[in-house]
Amino acid sequence: MMRKCVLLLISLGIISLFVGPVLAQEGAAEPARSLEVHWLAIAMGIAAAGCGIAQSRAVAGGCEGVSRNPGAVDTIRFFIILGLAFIEFLALLTFVVILILA
Amino acid sequence: MEHHEFFISTVFNRYIANPIAERLGFHPHHDALPPHLVMVILISLGLIIFALVVRRRFSVERPGGIQQFLELLTEGILSLGQDIIGSHPRRFFPLLGGLFLYILTGNLLGLFPGFMSPTSNLNVTASCGVIVFLYYNYVGFRENGFWKYMAHFAGPSLVIAPLLFVIEIISHCARPFSLSVRLFGNIFAEELILQTLNSLFPFLISLPVMGLALFASTVQAFIFIVLTMVYLGGALEHSHEEADE
Repeated sequence: MMRKCVLLLISLGIISLFVGPVLAQEGAAEPARSLEVHWLAIAMGIAAAGCGIAQSRAVAGGCEGVSRNPGAVDTIRFFIILGLAFIEFLALLTFVVILILA
Repeated sequence: MEHHEFFISTVFNRYIANPIAERLGFHPHHDALPPHLVMVILISLGLIIFALVVRRRFSVERPGGIQQFLELLTEGILSLGQDIIGSHPRRFFPLLGGLFLYILTGNLLGLFPGFMSPTSNLNVTASCGVIVFLYYNYVGFRENGFWKYMAHFAGPSLVIAPLLFVIEIISHCARPFSLSVRLFGNIFAEELILQTLNSLFPFLISLPVMGLALFASTVQAFIFIVLTMVYLGGALEHSHEEADE
């Protein structure tokens, strides 16, 4: 139930992004109002969100591994750092693309 | 992007680089060398001079702080190399240790006022990435022979070899790109955040970000050499397989 409400709200939010040009086509019924968005900023936000989810899963897996086997802390620490850097790299690629396009 | 004036760059250019350039016949309007090149020269020369000076002070019985730190670094890189490359990590130690110190110093110097990180410029990080790419391919060619090294791109079976060859070539060519862009993006983003925060709230707010920057700089240097070791290990693994048999 909760999950369906959240999904509904998110989809309404995404749809509302496309409302701007549609309103412009309806004619002079309402004052001209442009809903311009910075698509680049949204792209960075999506990349950051994906990066956040993935890194949280990586760290969670690492923490669980350490809790199950405290002796393997050094190995797991190494894998956590390595994995975080790889995931971070993807969000960083988006950032670099944004720098190039702007 | 705004063009910032860095103290070290203006000083270096005014007293050293511009006079040399004018004697050579160029007449630079502004600075002869861009700031990242100034920092690269300073760091390279600084590390070489540091290494030459510190050598005399090493002693076995009473090691000082610097010696202990360098020994820690050496042992860490060698043991990591043993785990990842598999054999004779000492052979690659000049490259790995040198790259690590160069990248670490480059990243950390940007936090001082008046300096900039040379690694926040794509040209500098691309130079590191291209060197690693050329070197591990050179090692692979020398160890395995030209045709055997090319053959390992084809993979285990002959059926999918054409497709796999193309995929392997593409993924190998993506390696210097990913190495350099990863380092560049991290350090450039960190510098951008610091510049933005410092323009808003001058002193205090940027201190936690600098703490994060210390950690991230070290991690990025570490990741760079770990990936170098992985690529070297991949280039060498076929000679290992034959040595085991």
